[in-house]
Amino acid sequence: MTDLDRPPMKRRDLLALIGAAAGGSVMYQAMTSLGHAAESNYRPLALDGNAKGASVLVLGAGLAGLVAAYELRKAGYKVQVLEYGERAGGRCWSLRGGDRYTELGGFAQTCAFDAGHYLNPGPWRIPFHHHAILDYCKRLKVALEPFIQVNYNAYLHAKGAFGGKPQRLRHVNADFSGGVAELLGKAAHQGKLDDAVSKEDQEILLEALRAWGGLDRNFAYTAGEAASARRGYDVDPGGGLNGAPTPSTPVGLSDILKSRLWQGIAQGAQYEFQTTMFQPKGGMDMIAKAFVREVGTLIRYDAKVTAIRQDDKRVTVTYVDAKKGGAKRQASADWCVCTIPLSILGQIEMTVGAKMAAAITAVPYVPAVKIGLQFKRRFWEEDEAIYGGITTTDLPIRNIGYPCADYGSPGKGVLLGCYAIFNTFAFEFGALPPAERVAKAVDWGAMIHPQYRDEFDSGVAVAWQRNPASLGCFANWSEEARKTHYADLCQIDGRIALAGEHASYLPAWQEGAILSSLDAVARLHRRVVAG
Amino acid sequence: MHRALVLAIALFATGARAQSGDGNFADPAHFRQQDGAALYRGICQGCHMPEGQGAVGAGAYPALAHNRKLAAAGYPVLVVLQGSKGMPGFAAMLNDAQIAGVVSYVRSHFGNDYADPVMAADVASARH
Repeated sequence: MTDLDRPPMKRRDLLALIGAAAGGSVMYQAMTSLGHAAESNYRPLALDGNAKGASVLVLGAGLAGLVAAYELRKAGYKVQVLEYGERAGGRCWSLRGGDRYTELGGFAQTCAFDAGHYLNPGPWRIPFHHHAILDYCKRLKVALEPFIQVNYNAYLHAKGAFGGKPQRLRHVNADFSGGVAELLGKAAHQGKLDDAVSKEDQEILLEALRAWGGLDRNFAYTAGEAASARRGYDVDPGGGLNGAPTPSTPVGLSDILKSRLWQGIAQGAQYEFQTTMFQPKGGMDMIAKAFVREVGTLIRYDAKVTAIRQDDKRVTVTYVDAKKGGAKRQASADWCVCTIPLSILGQIEMTVGAKMAAAITAVPYVPAVKIGLQFKRRFWEEDEAIYGGITTTDLPIRNIGYPCADYGSPGKGVLLGCYAIFNTFAFEFGALPPAERVAKAVDWGAMIHPQYRDEFDSGVAVAWQRNPASLGCFANWSEEARKTHYADLCQIDGRIALAGEHASYLPAWQEGAILSSLDAVARLHRRVVAG
Repeated sequence: MHRALVLAIALFATGARAQSGDGNFADPAHFRQQDGAALYRGICQGCHMPEGQGAVGAGAYPALAHNRKLAAAGYPVLVVLQGSKGMPGFAAMLNDAQIAGVVSYVRSHFGNDYADPVMAADVASARH
């Protein structure tokens, strides 16, 4: 074999070489400079160069706006922020007991959760590879804890499967892979794979199938130790005289296939949802609150923007008091970072070029509904040994999310009782008054957890399309719209740069809002420095 | 499992409140309500509000009540099919008859008095 036959050295091999030769600290430096997080385009922002006393008006105090304000002020800019709502964070938001929330149409709710409980109506989880938001959490000392995405003891449920009885993810997952492994093993033994797989590889494949599928010595997926090690036992191994386990009996592949519950088994295998995921302790809005500690004095709340005008010298924004109305006011600055959602921005008079204007109005917003339900006790833990994670169902509620903290605590507990997004159910929930949404979520949830009936205490429901500050959940880019308009949306137009999840390839994720903001700020700064 | 048995279990388990008698919550991909009023209640009023009065926040959902843009049926048909600005299109979730029904309903309620009904065929031709 010549050198030419060798594959190019992989980064990991190079690191191993450096590590072996030079020890840890050099290796750490090498990791950083080679881009350990090479899959992310996040780099901590270093705005070198003189801001020259320039001023920036930031519109919107969601995560994109907060990050822009934080970084620009640090770089020496004069920053002011206008926010429509009475709090910062935007969709980075938590509802707690005593919070009052009024949807469009005047539908008002007061959250009645006990102290310590909350609903994250917007984002509720942070993937390990969202380096930017994780870095800000670290820098701003936002405490994180694991978000349990996959719980093998939570349920997969479908109205028409197994008589409507919810099935443990553990069972469906094990029986699907066990059934498939057994099938493939049979095919191999019968010589049906001979055309596709060499004899030598088939030997290895059979070993792999046995290990992966939980097959027994005869390559069968059947009631016994191997299968039970995957799917659990009818009676778990115990101690003492009567401690012997009773194995469980797998469900046959045909039943698993027909149930369609397999649709739910690969969710946690998706890159977006792979372990480890995080949540801020105490609610997602801990991130917003941490930013407010840094830049809160720069924010003017209750400021409803009605016009954004620019000339070759300045940007001037007209706004009114969002609650009281009254006289128009103006704020102006040399530059503007506008993070207002496109659903709103498309309705605001704005001096930008035709291309950006077309991009702003090209993207529809997604309807989504989340419902938080408080129960008198944590029956999912006490009765069903479900600690965190998500049950999925084909019922309109779609998901039940179990709290990923304070396991075993006495007193009440709060579930995410519905998370419907994109589909007809999200529209239909949103067309109901909040109290009716809660009632329906309780009725449907009771088909999975009958305890709902006795234990329900109170609920709060958020339909994003009725959110006064966003008129929807997030920007729903079609491939075609992205091709036509995305670059025009992200280009700085005169003195105005747009940012937010809508200006990213990570729609709905907080990471997208932050990365887009950092990118906009960096480009704007380069312009100022080059000035 | 037989459909009837599943339904029986569902009825037993949930009582009447969550049942979908008018087609609400029947299918995640397609709305099942058939007449214009039910479609309006099931979908449109979420944003345009129960009396078609619209709503105002940081931005606004336009009022459909007393709305002169409804005079020519072609416009609302197109908006429902394709969406407009932040509003998503419903071409994939509603069939021609449903869109004709809900547009006709809006054009003849909430202070709108446009007598000419929209036909499914009008919607079909607007799709292409």
